[in-house]
Amino acid sequence: MTSSKWFVVLSAAVILAIAVAACGSSSDETTGGSGGGSVSGEIAGAGSTAQQAAQEAWIAEFENENSDVTISYDPVGSGGGREQFIAGGTAYAGSDAALSTEEGELEKAEARCKAGQLIEVPNYISPIAIIYNLPGVEDLQLDPETLAKIFNQEITSWNDKAIAADNPGAELPDTRITPVNRSDESGTTENFTEYLSEVVPSVWSYEVSGDWPVKGGEAASGTSGVVEAVAAGEGAIGYADASQAGELGIAKIKVGSEYAEPTPEAAAKVLEESPLDKELSPGKYTIAYKLDRKTESEGTYPIVLTSYLIACTKYDSADEAAAVKAYLEYVISPEGQELAAEQAGSAPLSSALTSKVTPAIEAIEAG
Amino acid sequence: MESASVTHSPALERPASLLASGAGWRRRAKDRLMTVLIAGAFALAMIPLISLVYEVTKRGIPGLSLAFFTEDARGVVGEGGGASHAIVGTLVITGVAAAISVPIGIMGAIYLNEYGQGRLRRALTFFVDVMTGIPSIVAGLFACALFELFFGPGIRLGVMGSVALSVLMIPIVIRSAEEVLKIVPNHLREAAYALGTPKWKTIVKVVLPTAFAGLVTGVMIAIARIVGETAPLLVTTGVVDSMNSDPFHGRMQNLAVYAYNEYRSPGVFKQAAYDKAWAAALTLIAIVMLLNVAARLVYRRYKTEIR
Amino acid sequence: MSQVDTTTNAGQLLAAASGGRRRLGDRVFSRTAVVAAVTILALLAGVAIFLISEGYPAFTAAASELPEGKTFLDYVAPLAFGTVLASAIAALVAVPLAVAAALFITHIAPPKIAGTLGYLVDLLAAIPSIIYGLWGIFVLGPAAVPVLKWLEEKLGWLPFFEGPASATGRTMLVAGIVLAVMILPIVSAIAREAFAQTPRKLTEGAQALGATRWETIRMTVLPFGKSSVISGAMLGLGRALGETMAVTIILSVSGAVTFNLIGQANPSTIAANIALDFPESSGLAINALIATGLVLFAITLVTNMAARAVIARQNHE
Repeated sequence: MTSSKWFVVLSAAVILAIAVAACGSSSDETTGGSGGGSVSGEIAGAGSTAQQAAQEAWIAEFENENSDVTISYDPVGSGGGREQFIAGGTAYAGSDAALSTEEGELEKAEARCKAGQLIEVPNYISPIAIIYNLPGVEDLQLDPETLAKIFNQEITSWNDKAIAADNPGAELPDTRITPVNRSDESGTTENFTEYLSEVVPSVWSYEVSGDWPVKGGEAASGTSGVVEAVAAGEGAIGYADASQAGELGIAKIKVGSEYAEPTPEAAAKVLEESPLDKELSPGKYTIAYKLDRKTESEGTYPIVLTSYLIACTKYDSADEAAAVKAYLEYVISPEGQELAAEQAGSAPLSSALTSKVTPAIEAIEAG
Repeated sequence: MESASVTHSPALERPASLLASGAGWRRRAKDRLMTVLIAGAFALAMIPLISLVYEVTKRGIPGLSLAFFTEDARGVVGEGGGASHAIVGTLVITGVAAAISVPIGIMGAIYLNEYGQGRLRRALTFFVDVMTGIPSIVAGLFACALFELFFGPGIRLGVMGSVALSVLMIPIVIRSAEEVLKIVPNHLREAAYALGTPKWKTIVKVVLPTAFAGLVTGVMIAIARIVGETAPLLVTTGVVDSMNSDPFHGRMQNLAVYAYNEYRSPGVFKQAAYDKAWAAALTLIAIVMLLNVAARLVYRRYKTEIR
Repeated sequence: MSQVDTTTNAGQLLAAASGGRRRLGDRVFSRTAVVAAVTILALLAGVAIFLISEGYPAFTAAASELPEGKTFLDYVAPLAFGTVLASAIAALVAVPLAVAAALFITHIAPPKIAGTLGYLVDLLAAIPSIIYGLWGIFVLGPAAVPVLKWLEEKLGWLPFFEGPASATGRTMLVAGIVLAVMILPIVSAIAREAFAQTPRKLTEGAQALGATRWETIRMTVLPFGKSSVISGAMLGLGRALGETMAVTIILSVSGAVTFNLIGQANPSTIAANIALDFPESSGLAINALIATGLVLFAITLVTNMAARAVIARQNHE
């Protein structure tokens, strides 16, 4: 009996010790930077899960430099992020899709910014890789039509003629193809299906949406889910953020007359060559792009995901405005973009793009 | 006082004389067969447990370190940092949820079993049944809507998570408490009344102590159920990497959401993130194990036999 | 129900015997109990109101406005099917195992280790649902792939195993088994309590009549604990019906309404569907998701009512 009493006391002590240590290491005493920044307070953002890793890195570095401020980012998804921003619950949002004119979303966001103006700029560009698991076949090459046919289940076996045509000299086994897609609604799916429906509309006639349209494939939740599913199934092929591919094989996709790899530079180049989407960029500081997926220029990789940052030029409190401005300035700065490239595998904004985007952030009135 | 707790019923030791004389070989064979089957089923039920504990331990240990327990993730990029903010968050959120659910749940069970009659009782039984099936994410959305009603959109508090978890906990506490209270035989109550004890005192001094061990088990099951919940907390407590131990102010991280986030968005340093996720899971299990052990000790000290 | 019966003389005497001060204690205590009951009802009513008011727009909306362009009924029917299928598998697997485990711990295992064994089973409840999800895709799924292939070969004529077998093992069968493991501790804990409290006079009586251990169990312990087991099973089933994270992570959801348990195309469950689609949804889509939550409410209600009816018929106290 006594020994068990000691045990209870001991465990209580352990928990108490953790609690005390916890109260000790609160945000007042940062272990890191000197915190020379003058911004303070708490600001909250929410949105895209694609941006999550990058946002975490940005927040960490920024908080290191500014110890009086606490920034949080809820990866609730782009839809949730836009909704919370419009409702006024968050100071900024991350979204894989630009605010749309459906259901008056764009107008509502502009209304949220009341006295000020709506800011919407791209801040995160990431190539979507076609990952596959086929032992013995490295350097798989696919053209868009074959790719579409694989994913809409018209081609069901790896040794199909169409695949062999793209890969002369490769020994393709007769394994069954298991196409893996996202079971959750996602910006990655939306961007991939947009590519397919623009480049090979005769094969891919489905409506573009964040929900995968083809029934009967293997579905997994989240980027990690797709990667794990492809890794687990022999003969599986899927689409996921290139930075998460790990050891899996990555297919090269035909662009023009060359087969392109999903590198950050190639992804960023697509954005450079794409026009603004006039309908979705009504304001001075809304910069939404209509990606040119049909591009055939060298050095581009058109299966790319662009994620946006949404904010206002005016906020209710001066402190909030100052903190938001300082943080977003860091996000689009070359250092910030380099950090995201390192930590999340994204493509840094090109200098041309940065110069377009900077005035929007500078317009935030931190008075 | 002999034990007739969940541990063993000595009445079922086989008196050799009875068996030898009474039961034919067919019945003995059947007895042996059923014993083997039951033992086999138990072993089958244990296999997933062993596999789970093994996998979590194997994958979680690389992520554990002193830093894991003492540092939060503020200002940490990539490797390094810890989960102390998540650990404290889990303890606080679960603690508040239990503080809300256990009194309400047990009093509710007492109502159902000792006082209730007529419409209120029927309504309560009906609705508690319904409550057992609420998807955890719906509980979270409800708590979110409730608080946003009073505090405006975008509010994220630790206590919101506790309320969402209470919605999930209360039906379990009530149901298991009700079962346990039901088993307390009437003659104990009647004996107390016969001595002139008022009803409330009977409940507090006779019924509850008799059922105490079972009540503790029920509460432990309920706590275990909610401590690993992710979905409702994702939408109510928000995600933050700094320490916050105040449930009534600001976002609060917790181990389940922390693990889920590390798994879902590992960034470029995939292995370090996965390690952290498994380590967080291991810590969660350890916390529940500790609570369970404490409960068992309480149980063994207070168990009573029903004659 | 154990009220003092005040319709009899003895009861009235007893009630009258409590003095003035003690009556206050009784009033306070019983009021508190009623307040607790009412609070719970209010909470429930709140959830129900939330579900109905947020879900209502989806019931009345035209098909073109709803996700996938279907009417609400077409949208929720496959989800309801998947929910019931997964939970049925979970219950069919878990309840017998849980009863067996409870019997083993209370009546067969040596008393010294029985406590530890009970603790181990309860440990299953401690494991977070995302871990079950990860275990499902990393461990059970891959391990199940050869089993699924075998099922397709030998029993492929049954609609449950018509295949083709999934290459990753993330099928309805595996999800159902994981759910079973998750609800096993709940059912087992309640069953254990009941089995352990089987009155001695019943078990000793059976022994005195020369019954073997199994016969004693069959004749006394099981009948005594039957309604508790059903109650426990209902609690477990409720958990299975509402389980979100594990199913979300494990199941390969491709929208097909099928009894095929081993393929890669599976219907989703209502809870998993909410988790998968909610983050990116806005506007009417959110209303539709919450409306499916309301449907789940209804499903839980029906199953629980059925169980209560069964228990009521069992009880001849």
